Formats: sequence, C-alpha cells, structure tokens
Amino acid sequence: MDIIKLLEQLSMQNGVSGFEKQLSEFIASEFRQHCDEVQVDHFYNVIGLKRGYSTNPKKIMITAHYDEIGLIVTSIDEQGFVKFSNIGGIDSKILMAQEVIVHGSEELFGIIGAKPPHLLDESQAGIAVKLEDMCIDLGMSVESVKAKISIGDTITFKAYPTELKNSLYSSKSLDNRSGVLTLIMILEQLKGINHRDDVYIIATVQEEVGLRGAEMVAYSTKPDLAIVIDVCYGDTPEVSEDEAFSLGKGVALGVGPNLHKGYTNKAKQLAEELGIGIHIDVNPASTGTEAWAVQISRTGIPTVLFSNPLRYMHTMVETLSIKDIKATARLSVELIKAGVIN
Amino acid sequence: MLDIIEKLTQAFGVSGNEANVRSIIQDEITDKVDEIKVDTLGNLIAIKKGKGNSFKKVMLVAHMDEIGVIATYIDKEGFIRFSNVGGVSPYCSLGQRVAFQNGTMGRIFYERKLESLKDLKLEKMYIDIGAVNKEEAEKIVSIGDTACFCGGFELQNGMVTSKALDDRIGCAILIDVINHFPETENEIYFVFTVQEELGLRGAKTAAFSILPDFALSIDTTDTGDTPECKAMEVKCGNGPAIKIIDKSIICHPEVRKGLQKAADTIGVRVQYEVLEYGGNDAGAIHTTAGGIPSGTLSVPTRYLHSSIETISLKDAEETASIVRELIKGSGLH
Amino acid sequence: MDSIQYNALEQHKEERNAIEILKQLTEISGVSGDEDRVQEYVCQLIKEYTDNIEIDSMGNIIAFKKGINSKFKVMLSAHMDEVGLIITGYKDKLLKFKSVGGIDERILLNKRVSVGDSKIPGVIGAKPIHLQKKAERTKPIGIDSMFIDIGAEDKKELERLVPRGTFVAFDSKMVEFGEGCIKAKALDDRVGCAILMDMIRYKFDFDLYCCFTVQEEVGLRGSAITTYRVEPDIAIVVEGTTCSDVAGVEEQFHTTKLKGGAALSFMDRTTVYDKELLDFIKNVAESNNIKYQLKKTVSGGNDSGRIQRSLEGVRVATISIPCRYIHSPVSVMSKEDFFSSRELVRAVLNEINNKGGVNYA
Repeated sequence: MDIIKLLEQLSMQNGVSGFEKQLSEFIASEFRQHCDEVQVDHFYNVIGLKRGYSTNPKKIMITAHYDEIGLIVTSIDEQGFVKFSNIGGIDSKILMAQEVIVHGSEELFGIIGAKPPHLLDESQAGIAVKLEDMCIDLGMSVESVKAKISIGDTITFKAYPTELKNSLYSSKSLDNRSGVLTLIMILEQLKGINHRDDVYIIATVQEEVGLRGAEMVAYSTKPDLAIVIDVCYGDTPEVSEDEAFSLGKGVALGVGPNLHKGYTNKAKQLAEELGIGIHIDVNPASTGTEAWAVQISRTGIPTVLFSNPLRYMHTMVETLSIKDIKATARLSVELIKAGVIN
Repeated sequence: MLDIIEKLTQAFGVSGNEANVRSIIQDEITDKVDEIKVDTLGNLIAIKKGKGNSFKKVMLVAHMDEIGVIATYIDKEGFIRFSNVGGVSPYCSLGQRVAFQNGTMGRIFYERKLESLKDLKLEKMYIDIGAVNKEEAEKIVSIGDTACFCGGFELQNGMVTSKALDDRIGCAILIDVINHFPETENEIYFVFTVQEELGLRGAKTAAFSILPDFALSIDTTDTGDTPECKAMEVKCGNGPAIKIIDKSIICHPEVRKGLQKAADTIGVRVQYEVLEYGGNDAGAIHTTAGGIPSGTLSVPTRYLHSSIETISLKDAEETASIVRELIKGSGLH
Repeated sequence: MDSIQYNALEQHKEERNAIEILKQLTEISGVSGDEDRVQEYVCQLIKEYTDNIEIDSMGNIIAFKKGINSKFKVMLSAHMDEVGLIITGYKDKLLKFKSVGGIDERILLNKRVSVGDSKIPGVIGAKPIHLQKKAERTKPIGIDSMFIDIGAEDKKELERLVPRGTFVAFDSKMVEFGEGCIKAKALDDRVGCAILMDMIRYKFDFDLYCCFTVQEEVGLRGSAITTYRVEPDIAIVVEGTTCSDVAGVEEQFHTTKLKGGAALSFMDRTTVYDKELLDFIKNVAESNNIKYQLKKTVSGGNDSGRIQRSLEGVRVATISIPCRYIHSPVSVMSKEDFFSSRELVRAVLNEINNKGGVNYA
C-alpha cells in the first residue's frame, strides 16, 4: 500500500460535516478491499466488518471520523461576493487570503477576501477579523454566481498536500483523514492475522459538529470494546508540552475518566513490550473526541483513545508524521491480536 | 386555521407546564386519529395507522411549550424576583405583562437606579403583581410558579402576531394536517412535544419510543428582513424554509430532497435556511438509537422569543400543504 | 479558414502564450533583494529582441532597443521583486521570520511557503484556536507568534538547511478561475514585467529602454539608479495596483475596479503625475477604444516617484493593472485588464512614435 498516496487522496477529497455522502463511496470502496462486509448507514457512516475466527466472538469497534470542518454559503451580495458561516470550529483569523472550493452546481475556485488593511478604521486595530466581515471572491458576475450556487452549499479549503522533511506531511483535513488511513492500514494488517474477535472498522460522520456519527454507530454496533482514533495537538510554540506532543515519536494514548483504565493500561503495556513509542495524553474530563459519546452509549462501552499528534489543527496546513500513523495502526492491531476482552 | 392558531397561542404553556395546551390539542384531534396517548414526560402522541404491510413510519413534531419566567424569590414588599425559562432577553422582557397559570397578572420592570440599560440583566428586574407585602404576594404566587409573556393575537395585512407562535404555529399546522388528512399508506405519528425550549428534551424520548423511518419537525425560524438585523437570507412571507443547518442538526439530505420535491409538486416556493445559532427538536431526534434521518420545515418568524412574534399566514398554510404532500409519498429511500 | 478566423486564432495563441509567460514569471521566487532568478528568466526571454542588455550593480535589467532616428528616449519601468519573508532565527524546530516589503500580517497565517534557493517546502503555523486563551481568540496573531515549519528534527538541521537571512517566498501556483480571472502571487509586478517583455519586441523611431527594477517593495530602490543611467525624456511605469472593489468597502474607496480596464493614476503617495502626459494617454485610450479607468484614491505609490524626481525631473505616467488582495499569495487579476493595459502601453508607444513625441495640444 502506498501510504502517502492514499493519505493524499483522502485529504484531497471533500466531506464537510453533514455532507459526507460522496466521500462515503470512496471510503466504502477502500474498505471493501479488506472487509467481509461493508455497509453505509442512513447518515453515511461507513461500517466495515472483519470477522474473527471464534464461533462466539466479542465485538471490537474502531472508529475514526472522516468529516472535515468547512464553510457554508449564507448569502450572495449584489456584487456576487459570497458570505459564509462555519461548520465546525474554525479560527476566523486563518481564513484571510485563503483558496477555497465552493461546491455549487459545479466546483468553483475562490479566494477569501476582506477589507484591505489601509481601509480599516482605527477602532479595528488589535481586533481579529471576523467571519462576517469576510467574503469569497469567485471572479464571476453576480448573475453567474447566483446561477451556480445557492444558500447552503458547502465550501472546503483547497488542498495542497506537501511533503516536509523527516516524513512530516502537510495538507487540509488530516484531522481526521489520517485516522481513516489508520483504519485502512489496520484492515490491511489484519489480513495476515488470525484474530478471535469480530472487528468493526467504522469511518464516522459529523464529529466536528458534536460527535453525532459516533453516537449513532456506538448504539447500532453495540461493541464490547471501542478504540477511537483521532488527532491530538502536536508540539507548537507557546503550548505546554504536557498537552502537545512531538511529531514522529509515536501514538498519544489518552488517559482520564473518559477512557477505560484496564484496556488503556493493556495498550500501554503492549506498546512498551513491542517498542512502540507512546505519549500519555491526559484529559481531566472530555477528550473532545468520539470517545466522549461512545463511552456512554447503551449500557456503557469500554473505550480507549489513540491519537496522532497534529500541528496547526483545523487549518489548511495541518501537519503530522507518517511515522505516528504507522505506530497507531500497529498498536491497534496488537490490541486486537491480544484478544484482551473477557 | 386562524381560530386554532389564536386558541393555541393565547393558552398558557411555559416549558414544563404544557397541560393547558395539550388539552386544547386533545379536544381538537382525539376523534380524528386512530390512537392517542400522553407519555411519561408529557408529550402528546397521536397516530394515524398505516395501511398494507410496507408502510413507512413518519414522525411529525411540533413543540407545545413556550418560553417564560419563573418566580425565584419574593421580597418584603411583595415584588417577585425571577429567572428565565428558555431563552429570554432582558430587553424584550422590559415593560411586559406576564400571566401566571392561575391568571395572576404581573408587570416586569427594572431597578431604576441602573445607570445604563446596557447593563440590564434579568437579575436587575422584578415582577410587580400589585401585592403590598410578601404575605399577600405568597397567597397568589409561589416560588417556582412560571409565567408566560402576554402578547395578544392579531391579524393584519396577512401577518399574524402573537406570543408563543414559537411553536404553537407548528402545533396548529399539525392539527391542520390531521383535519385535512391526505390519502396515504404511511403510518403517521403526530408528536406534540414538551420542553423544547429547555434543550429539546421531549423529542428525544418520543423518538426513542417510536423509532420512525424518518422525522420532520415543524418549527419557527429567525428572519433577516427587519431593519439593521443580523444578516440572514430568510424572509417572512417568502414561503416555508427548508432548514439546512442549525447548531443542533445538519438536516438529512434525503429529507431535504423530499421536502423540495413535495414543494415543487404542489408549486409552493420555498427558501433555504442556514441558522447560525439555536436548535430544534429534529436535533435531538436524529442521533437517537443509531440514527433517524430527520429534517425541519420552518415558518419564518420575526421577533422570536418576544411577545410580538410575527409570521405570514400564507407561509404557515403552505407549510401545512408541503407536509401533506410529503407524507403521501412512499418514503424517502 | 478565412483571414478573420485566422487572425482570431493567432491572437488567441499569442494571448495564451502571454499568460503562460505570466504564469512562469509569477511562480519564480524573487523577494526584494533576491531577484536573481527573475532576472535570469527575463534576460533569457528578451535577449533575441534587444540591442543591448545591461545589468547594473543592484541587479536592475536595462534592456535597450535602438530607435531608427534616436531623437529621444522613452523608458518603461516595471519591478521584478515581490514582497516576501526573510529568516531571522530559530525557535526549537521552527524558523522565525520577518516580512520583506509591506505585508498585512493577518494574511500570513497557515500559508505555504518556499524557503531559499532550493525551494524547501514549509508552512506558516501558529497556536490552533483550541489552545488559544479566550482573550487571544479575538486578537490578531502577530508575526512574532508565527513560525515556519519545514519538518526539521532540531535546530542543528535548520541551521544547516536554512541559514539566517534566507529569503522565503509564498508558494502559490497561478490558477485561472471564475470568468477570465487569474490568481497568483507576485502579480505586483510580474504583470508589468510581462508587458515590458512584450514591448521590447517592437522597433520605434525613438530609443526604447525597458527597465526591470529591483527592490521596489522596500523603498523604490532600484529605479533610483536606472533613471540616472537612462536619462529618459518620458517614463511610463507599468504596475500591478491595488483593487479594493470588494464586499464591505464603500464605493468611494474602490481604488480601481476589476475588469474596469487599465488604471491611470493622477496622484498617489509618491507622485503627482504629469497632467499633459496623462491626458495624452487618455486620448490614446479613447481613440483606440481601449478600456481604461482612473485610479480613484491617492493611496499607494511606486517607482514613478523616484523616476520623476531624478535628474532634472522626468515626465512620468503610470499604467496599472488592478489586482485584488495585492501583496498576498492570492492576488487576483482579470485577463481582460491585463490585455487592455498591454494594448494601451503599445498604443501609447505607437502614438508617441507617430507624433514624434508627446503631443500636448
């Protein structure tokens, strides 16, 4: 498997939260190459099943969300500039002078503009530019804009995947397409392994707007153990090293009330035995990930969290290490192999 | 439809105290449905049975509750301090009349020594029921009693104004759909929910008990057609609004398509709604029990959460027509 | 194929070719003080059309096309440099930088950049929104809190790959989009360079000097010395200029309008333009049916200020191409404005040729 190529494909695809239908087909077709069964539910959660050898198997569910943050058209002004709102958490400061694709009746390239700096009055100094003061320039007449897009169309960042030094990789939507890549790598590695339990590999929707896909699939899958794969903060200046982790050094293992102690310890022990690098990612309350929703589904689901450290989260230059993705996939596979569920 | 709108909006039904509204609806529809029940939380669920054996279960929702205030403290002079039930703006409350469930009237005003109205908060306001002291006040109002805003009903230039159009207009529309029920195989659940204004509470349990194939909520939405307001494309009188997104839900594409198709079939013009704040019952429903495709058809409403909520009667009538057309269909998938 | 069709086809081919040259020009890194690669590219393409090419001590190109009677000298000027960044130091595994030329700091966040001669890819990062404190969220992020990330393991690797003083350009490929629009970095002023590269192909009665200048963005430095060398009678600056006809800007502040044609300046921060030369150009535009507009505000400035006040004073005009989001990696220009500006420069030169000078009547 060409990992870089697959990550590039995944990151370049578009699927803003709530608008994942198209991307679900791509992911389902990837899953189908490795799974015994793949289904896509009403909300476009993609659910792959890899059966275990046991006649009375337990269920392990591994989720990674595949939606991305984005923007949505709220109006079109009389000059043809497009006003927008956000879907998922976006820092308005990063949007200035960015390239976007508006998904109208066709895909339209656009630039995010705002009032130029010399026209800002004094009162604006020291205040970050607000979402409502920006607009998208499609380089078209108002008539053409109105003919091609309508209120509610989604907008994604234009992706420019870039390989940096030392196996670092930068692109949009690595939160959490890197998780989806991890899922596919797990599936591939499971091929050669005789595992006892049924493994449900699930790419979920609508995480960025409130962990909604995970809430649905946790209920419908009813697993005995859940592994959530997401991203966490990569080392960044001015951020404490307790909450942001070096890239390229391994998996960030979530600990805290949101996660199951026993299985987390088991994963930690496995990592140490096998020499897989780990960081301990301490979360005093919510992990802010799907683990928060999954843990309290039905009668409760033991949940562990593996994260890939990521710099510049929720931007068009999210940056992570390919090495970490490999480590996360490997640790997940080892946990499945261990047949830890009683 | 106008009579029932008036009757419903003028009734008392602050979140958690929806009994008056519920009984009006029960009187109106009991004879016209196949089954009717009130669940644990107080949701009213009425069913028109499906026919054959391949019908879809469709859940239609409107909430009965309205925002209001709740008495928290009565001082020596008999003035009542209060808190909000649901989203209540201090500015919209100022100088308003409120009515408790037992009919006691009150007037809301603010501490006069407040220098700037910018600092106006509900904590700085009180209800005056005309009692001379605490004892007299306590004879008619107890701590924990809720009161609704008073806002009379009027129809002018095709626009209806009243308190509590959010979401009695939705209730009125569902009643209208029952009154003029279309020919359909589908099993239709009319659900009049409680406590929407407190966080979509009633809808969650109702959805879990019904487990429909899909759900549609009928609610009000904000508009962007008044002077110097927050930018929004929805206008009062421009037709029902198919919701695309709010903070509680991204409406399911199939439900949106179904609504669009129904509107096109009967030739009703619709608008698209992107609401950057707020939520509605569909939000609680769609993540229930593994996921229920859900959507919302909104009646554009000016001055939401005030005593002068205003809609276009035509928008409401057309909303009912689209719902009727939608449930005729053989389902969404 | 009839001759009209043939001409249209030829014109189309020629225009595609011009756009292709503009694409290559804009994609070269050439921050002020580091224009070498632009200089090489320009020289290589114009060599065969010029009588002499001189490169001066700062790196300005002075390309000379001898006239038939050489009665007087016309100088065209466009600058090669672009705004960009320069590496000032290191912070752990990341690079610290300052801007070269006027850049609105707000646009730097999360942009892709190209570091140094070997074009090492990098991204500009900062603290993500989730980790910003509440008060930080509503404040702009200053350049001091942004860093360039090339994926280095440590400072040692950085020192080796990226010495302090390394120039950094935006990484932005040209894209054609919308209705006849172009997005690119460095349109200011590679678009002027492209027009000059076209003009040098023609022969006139007068001597034509095309100056491709350096360091305009850091204080109109290059043009200070080219004028002394050329001693022109007339100078025309060809520039990419601001275009603020965007949402939220009242119409009186629209410096220029996209698709409004070539922009002519009457005054800006550096120059009060020669009124007669301006009228001459306007007449040429009108009689040739070339779309033009007047630049409506007096903000901004360019090499013309330097040129006008060199020697005993030089008659100067500016013909500009409107660019939205100038000084950013995503400047936007309309092809239509580019071609009308080019046509106007050519028509002005032709008219000067025909009249034997600038007819001030």
